[in-house]
Amino acid sequence: MSLLIPDTGLLFWMALSFGIMFFILAKFGFPVITKAVEKRSAYIHDSLDAARKAEEQLATIRQQADAILAQAHGERNTILSEAQETKTMIVKKAREEADTEARRRLSKAWDDIEISKKKALNELRKDVAGISVRIAEKVIGEHLKDDHKQQEFINKLLAEEIKI
Amino acid sequence: MSSGFLRNRLYREAMKTRHNIQLFFGLLFLFLTVTIGTLKAEENKINVTEIIAEHLADSYEWHITKWGDKEISIHLPIIVKSRTSGWHVFSSSQVSHGATYKGFHIPHEGSHAGKLTEHNSTGEEVRPAIDISLTKNAVGLIMNCLLLLLIILPLARWYKRGEQQAPKGFKGAVELLITYVLDEIIKPCVGEEYRKYATFLLTVFFFIFISNLMGLMPFFPGGANITGNIAVTMFLALCTFVVVNISGTKEYWKEILWPDVPSWLKVPLPIMPLIELFGVFTKPFALMIRLFANIMAGHAVILGLVCVIFISVTMGAAINSGMSVVAVLFGIFMNFLELLVAFIQAYVFTLLSSVFINMARVKHHG
Repeated sequence: MSLLIPDTGLLFWMALSFGIMFFILAKFGFPVITKAVEKRSAYIHDSLDAARKAEEQLATIRQQADAILAQAHGERNTILSEAQETKTMIVKKAREEADTEARRRLSKAWDDIEISKKKALNELRKDVAGISVRIAEKVIGEHLKDDHKQQEFINKLLAEEIKI
Repeated sequence: MSSGFLRNRLYREAMKTRHNIQLFFGLLFLFLTVTIGTLKAEENKINVTEIIAEHLADSYEWHITKWGDKEISIHLPIIVKSRTSGWHVFSSSQVSHGATYKGFHIPHEGSHAGKLTEHNSTGEEVRPAIDISLTKNAVGLIMNCLLLLLIILPLARWYKRGEQQAPKGFKGAVELLITYVLDEIIKPCVGEEYRKYATFLLTVFFFIFISNLMGLMPFFPGGANITGNIAVTMFLALCTFVVVNISGTKEYWKEILWPDVPSWLKVPLPIMPLIELFGVFTKPFALMIRLFANIMAGHAVILGLVCVIFISVTMGAAINSGMSVVAVLFGIFMNFLELLVAFIQAYVFTLLSSVFINMARVKHHG
């Protein structure tokens, strides 16, 4: 059957046209396309990688930011509580100081009063003794012989007389 | 496949005795052919074998259609070197309808049926010394090659311009197919060295695919039965054969000439080397036959189904209509199947070529 016998004329045209087509495609066609496609797929691959890395970095940065924020919150809270403490402490201390000062002044005043009282008392006593002696001198009209004994006696009397 | 041509030819024959008995059914099948309604059986029977064989074979003119009474066909140039009178170039219109021109004519029967013949010095009918006429298949072949260039080169130019983006539309589809063939067939089958063979394998794939699709088209730019022609598939297989054996490593030739089998299979009778050597030739031979037979058989089946309509005309209106419906439905089914086959055969040819290349690039194992 003639269908099974290859025709030389057609074989010639096939060789010629296929050869030329192959040459053109090999020079300007497929290598350009395959290279470009491979380059692009490599580019896409790299871009995806870069994007994934960037995302990871972003996540870590976000984590860090969160940590920093949390830390800042904590610090603020401690500072606030410390300030509160200091405030109360200062107030308390001031109150205590004022208290002690007041008490000290009061006691000093009391002491002063006491001393002044004693002093006044003593002076009063001396004055009273002199006055008494003079009164007695005048009363008796003469000087007592033993001055010293007289004085003692008067003091005793005075002590009995003046009781504070 | 040129079912359009077939339809018109049969129409021409049947028009001699025209009747309108099937007009109703004819309208039904208008989309397939307007001729059914007016067909009536002729006295002389339709020779299906001849019709199919004629359509599968090459021809010196490209019949397009018949418009009224006028035949519209492209008369292709005949380029021959006569055994007696040297080179001749003339239009095939000179020898159409059995005419003789400068001693050349195309016989309708005999061993050279459908081929240009001349008479040699002893008066015998012989083929010319060289016949490189631009036949229907040759022109179809060249058109397919140009079409392929028109499809591939714009995409290459797109990338040459330094585009980074993927192309859209048709170029995108072409790129999709290229990357599919590259990633699914060539890379996994050829292996690491695929880059060297990618261009050849892609060219083969696209040439076969486009030729198959064009062959399915029943009118002019398509219709030439190219991949169903053994000369074409022979050349493609020959290319694979050459590429495979040029790429053959030392290990590949060693496995053929001195395979790793018990020595009594090699000396004194080289049984295994002979078998292996035989295999070197059978592989591309199988490629050649597979593609040729698949495409040719597909065309033959579709032509046969179309013929059913015209054969059943003699059996009366009812049977003819019934058969026409069946034939059209089967014809549609076969056309879809052939679309699939068009891809599968291109795929298989490329796949097997890749595998053979891979087998030839075998490295010393262990």
